[in-house]
Amino acid sequence: MKRIYVNEEYCIGCRLCEIHCLVHHSRSRKIIKAFKEEMPRPLPRVLVEEEGPLSFAMQCRHCAEAPCIEACITGAIHRDDLTGTILCEEEKCVGCWMCVMVCPFGAIRRNVQGRKAISKCDLCYGQETPVCVIYCPNEALVYEEREP
Amino acid sequence: MALSLLSPEFRVDRDEAHCIACQVCVRQCANDVHIYDEEEDRVYSDESSCVGCHRCVTLCPTQALTVRRHPLDFRSNANWTPQAITDVFKQAETGGVLLTGMGCDRPYPIYFDHILLNASQVTNPSIDPLREPMELRTYLGRKPDRVEVGLTAQAVEVMTELAPQLTLETPILFSAMSYGSISYNAHRSLARAARECGILYNTGEGGLHRSLYEYGPHTIVQVASGRFGVHPGYLRVAAALEIKIGQGAKPGIGGHLPGEKVSAEISQTRMIPEGTDALSPAPHHDIYSIEDLRQLIYALKEATNYTKPVAVKIAAVHNVAPIASGMVRAGADIIAIDGLRGGTGAAPTVIRNNVGIPIELAIAAVDERLRAEGIRNQASILAAGSIRNSADVVKAVALGTDAVYIGTAALVALGCHLCQKCYTGKCNWGIATQDPYLTKRLNPNIGARRLTNLIRAWSLEIKEMLGGMGINALESLRGNRDHLRGVGLNEVELRTLGIKAAGEA
Repeated sequence: MKRIYVNEEYCIGCRLCEIHCLVHHSRSRKIIKAFKEEMPRPLPRVLVEEEGPLSFAMQCRHCAEAPCIEACITGAIHRDDLTGTILCEEEKCVGCWMCVMVCPFGAIRRNVQGRKAISKCDLCYGQETPVCVIYCPNEALVYEEREP
Repeated sequence: MALSLLSPEFRVDRDEAHCIACQVCVRQCANDVHIYDEEEDRVYSDESSCVGCHRCVTLCPTQALTVRRHPLDFRSNANWTPQAITDVFKQAETGGVLLTGMGCDRPYPIYFDHILLNASQVTNPSIDPLREPMELRTYLGRKPDRVEVGLTAQAVEVMTELAPQLTLETPILFSAMSYGSISYNAHRSLARAARECGILYNTGEGGLHRSLYEYGPHTIVQVASGRFGVHPGYLRVAAALEIKIGQGAKPGIGGHLPGEKVSAEISQTRMIPEGTDALSPAPHHDIYSIEDLRQLIYALKEATNYTKPVAVKIAAVHNVAPIASGMVRAGADIIAIDGLRGGTGAAPTVIRNNVGIPIELAIAAVDERLRAEGIRNQASILAAGSIRNSADVVKAVALGTDAVYIGTAALVALGCHLCQKCYTGKCNWGIATQDPYLTKRLNPNIGARRLTNLIRAWSLEIKEMLGGMGINALESLRGNRDHLRGVGLNEVELRTLGIKAAGEA
């Protein structure tokens, strides 16, 4: 399946991926409104990790063998049959945060402001290219099929 | 500390209705203009260090930012301009030479903008380059005085041995910009684009990074007064060699790459200790005459077994024509001339703004002189010094150059906004910097693509202009000043350019 990969040597740490991810997963999908009026503010599902000049955007790897699916006690986290994307059905999520504990990449975040649900990348389900890839100003993020 | 009298040059206007305090501007500004206040969840600006590079404006996701010239006015004075006053303030505070980057920004006449091109009407047909072949391929190097042809029953054979030539698919090269003055990613973008476009780029004085040797057939390597990075492998891998005598932005002045920029990679490439200043002397200490130049030219030809053309680059100065004649006689296969408005990574402002002559006049003078002496065929001419668009290329060729070097235009394609702060090493666009936080902002994949697009677009436009003139090969335009007319020029200028005034038949 197509996944998001990062060329960390070109990640400039601007965090535009986080901003556009947040907007895409907001109610209005309007950038100013999402930031200024939607409270609690939605969380970005991609996180830029930084240390010194090195930075890269990290989001769910949509693992072939996903520990989060194994760990989920309610079946909220599941694999989409059609695309292979790992999704979270927020209504089922009870906020036990086991997925957060087991994710080897630290790609799942707690959402403490809103409901108990977790926040994780859904590859912008239904959209051809995820927004973080579209808006990455330096083409550090790419969305492609790679040999495992 | 005594109060500084300097006021901010720019003003950052932040539209609070648009600003979402996402801090992209804070993260992108190497000059720390944008400051985030966590308590208020608000971004403020400290405009005193804004250089007007527009990095923040370009990346702001809500278009909340505008940067404009600071509206603060002095009492109007045609003599004591704000620039003149603030320059005195700066020097009174620092006691130092004022530095700047990029080419001369003073309002001297731009002759390209006073020259108009011809087109065919009725009496001769124009050519549609989309339907008919149009030749832009250019060969640089010494051409023989005459060609002898041998005839056999079956074939015609050229008997004359040709000197080594460089082949360009379009008459444009990327001018010398050293690894050190610009980033590795900028160099890589130029190298890749040169290969893609079938043209050449020039290493400048900083040597050639080992990972770029694969682009050798599209590389001109420079041998300058500091001799940085010059070794047999460097000379052998290149398509041509260039001896740099002078640079348009700073004729008569050497170069200085501060030690902070000499990283491990640059130290290896330049073959100097890490962290030491790289000082290029003003003159070559072994060149004090045309005869000395001849020795170096032939030393390089000898070192490369006479397989590569040797170019000599000078700044356009008052007596450029006789100097060029001497260079050709010294054995240069290509002479590169860099005009008044040529760019730089760092130069004393006073030199950049006051020394040299415009490239248009230099091309005309050199071409005229070499023709008059009957030696024009012995060397190709390369013109540099602010070629801004394809029309400038066409005009330069019609004035007599073989091809042009573009430096500033190439950097602008890479994102340069001409803020003229290259010498600070804080280039927010990742071009004129070695700071690892900043250099990664230039992705060579994007850079090479943008440069390739630029060269392609200019080439198409050059073909259109040639076609309009009824010419189907660039060769037929070279030195063909009948296709040029001057507007708003006086008689001396027209005579020097060797062109008629608009309206003259």
